[in-house]
Amino acid sequence: MDAALLILIVNIIGAGLRTGTPLLFATLGELITEKAGVLNLGVEGMMLVGALAGFATSFATGNPWLGVAAGMLAGGTLSLLHALVAVTLRGDQVVSGLALVFVGRGLTAVLGARYVQIREVPRLPTIELPFLYEIPIFGPALLGPLFGRQNIVLYIGLALVPLVWLFITRTRGGLHLRAVGEYPAAADAVGIPVAGLRYLYTFVGGLFAGLAGASLTLAITPLWIQDVTAGQGWIAVGLVIFAGWNPWRAMAGAYIFGALRRMPLDLQAVPWLPFASNPIQGIWLEMLPYLFTIVALMFISREAARKRLGAPAALGLPYIRGERGT
Amino acid sequence: MRLKVETRLEVPWWMRVLALVGAVVVALALAGIMLWYGGLNPLVAYRRMFEVGFADTYSLSDTLVKATPLLLAGLGVAVAFRMRLWNIGAEGQLLIGAWASAGVALFWVTPDTPRWLALLLMMVAGFVAGAVWGYIPGILKAKLQVNEIISSLMLVYVAIRFNNYFIYGPWSAGGFGLTRTFPRNAWFPRLLDYADTVPVFRGMTVHMGILLGLVTAVLLYVLFKRSKWGYELKLIGDNPRAAQYAGINISRHIVLTMVISGGLAGLAGMSEMAGVVHRLQENFSPDYGFTAIIIAWLARLHPLAIILVAYLFGGLLVGGDAIQPSGIPLMIQGIIMFCVISADLLTRYRLRLIRIEVIEAEEVGS
Repeated sequence: MDAALLILIVNIIGAGLRTGTPLLFATLGELITEKAGVLNLGVEGMMLVGALAGFATSFATGNPWLGVAAGMLAGGTLSLLHALVAVTLRGDQVVSGLALVFVGRGLTAVLGARYVQIREVPRLPTIELPFLYEIPIFGPALLGPLFGRQNIVLYIGLALVPLVWLFITRTRGGLHLRAVGEYPAAADAVGIPVAGLRYLYTFVGGLFAGLAGASLTLAITPLWIQDVTAGQGWIAVGLVIFAGWNPWRAMAGAYIFGALRRMPLDLQAVPWLPFASNPIQGIWLEMLPYLFTIVALMFISREAARKRLGAPAALGLPYIRGERGT
Repeated sequence: MRLKVETRLEVPWWMRVLALVGAVVVALALAGIMLWYGGLNPLVAYRRMFEVGFADTYSLSDTLVKATPLLLAGLGVAVAFRMRLWNIGAEGQLLIGAWASAGVALFWVTPDTPRWLALLLMMVAGFVAGAVWGYIPGILKAKLQVNEIISSLMLVYVAIRFNNYFIYGPWSAGGFGLTRTFPRNAWFPRLLDYADTVPVFRGMTVHMGILLGLVTAVLLYVLFKRSKWGYELKLIGDNPRAAQYAGINISRHIVLTMVISGGLAGLAGMSEMAGVVHRLQENFSPDYGFTAIIIAWLARLHPLAIILVAYLFGGLLVGGDAIQPSGIPLMIQGIIMFCVISADLLTRYRLRLIRIEVIEAEEVGS
């Protein structure tokens, strides 16, 4: 294979791993929340408050890890609003999730205005693993460039996927989580606190979304602008469906979409493509992640509707003790 | 003692009104805290917003100008929400409607084209383009069960880039992010155009689009209330299974509703082109399509109530323009929406403090 092409492909994959990491956090969080039967469409809003809280805290304290903690907490706090409406008040989860997005966008637009000019913020560290370059055959061309020098959030993301998978499928806590989302009445009957767990996992989803936002502003695109997430929270909601509520497929999806997000930049650097000479043409490439979200859902939705592929049976339905569920 | 949540069978109207007003007051208070936290004096900010948005001499005209796209897009959203079809991509449909009507104004309208014909063509183009943008999530939902929330929203981001391609590329005026100005016969008549004969109209930019919005609202009101379509729409929204048993073709309704919903949002974009901006440019819409969702929802999807709510939110936008930073209306909208949802639900349920023995007695009894 042409060496230049190989380098381009490795570059795109590497970019996908980087850009896809915030998306991965958000997708995993929403996946956990939905597994508990709560549909929280407010990921975009929670990501935004996480992104701003993380950025502002890191700027104020000089410690990016405090920023991550603040971002997660901000996302989690916002998610509790949704839990209140969805679990306690048994309101419409779609409307409540939408409201969360508006609150998050508006709040960060107002509170973030003074951070827009700031370019220098303490960032999360980059990890170097030089030994990866020395692995024979794959090392120099593949493993090294991909994993030898990346931001720490990327490794956190890689580690979280098996952990989330193990938790959901192999632990008692995960069993309770699934029970609450699949058949809350039965879970209630054996003494599992349905409302409590739904609050908890909505909160966990918020923490993950906040982490996604903070990793964006503290590692991936280290600056704050209004609507810095650019719809990634919504893509995450779509990816959960695409992934069939499976963490491993969520990972694949997040990295693919990460690569698509970055591809316009990568392809504009290729001299023999039309985008290099005419940057206006590159605007078409920017549509790709959004179009692919739709295309991916087209392929998966019909199948999912037929087999109810992994969708928690009680997703989006409030649980009222003593009333017949559907 | 224990708190018990009970469902109220009937919510009296005064309680709903009280809940709505209370929710808005609470929301403004919460938003005020956030403003204060953001370094503003909330009382000064609110007062300035009220003066500019509602109390100033020209505020009526300015607020109506902002209310026009909100009204049209809000009506579009309401049509879809009526059958619980979550078209949250009105912003994209609005942008594409603006693009199509701008295309007509730039390339088909000559200085000799009669004004009525130019405007009619632009309206048709705006409606059709918005309808196409709504048709995509509609057909995907009907045929492949693709979640319309995601697909309609993704198309917003596609629409932004689609317009950017044209305003930075082939339609650009000198490489800037805007097209050249439309010929005058592609402009909606404005009050200030008649200032020579009626001096009071001087400086009033309110344009014909508001009439378009009002007529559409009344039309939809009648259709919702009197037509078979309106009835079926509500039936599908309230009880899809019953609708199916009644022999209503739900797939067809999904597509038709999304087409109309998108078309109205597209008309909102056209109205903004012909009435206000007079050329296609980047960021001409301060999220009209998203605000429309809140408006439709606050108005309980009632077309005539949407007129009032759109006017109030128009004032909010006008007032918001007068103070910095720019995101304040957006934040207030979000907080209002949340407070209203909560208030709404609180009126539906009654919290009662009761003794444990009573609960046990009730549970034994049932």
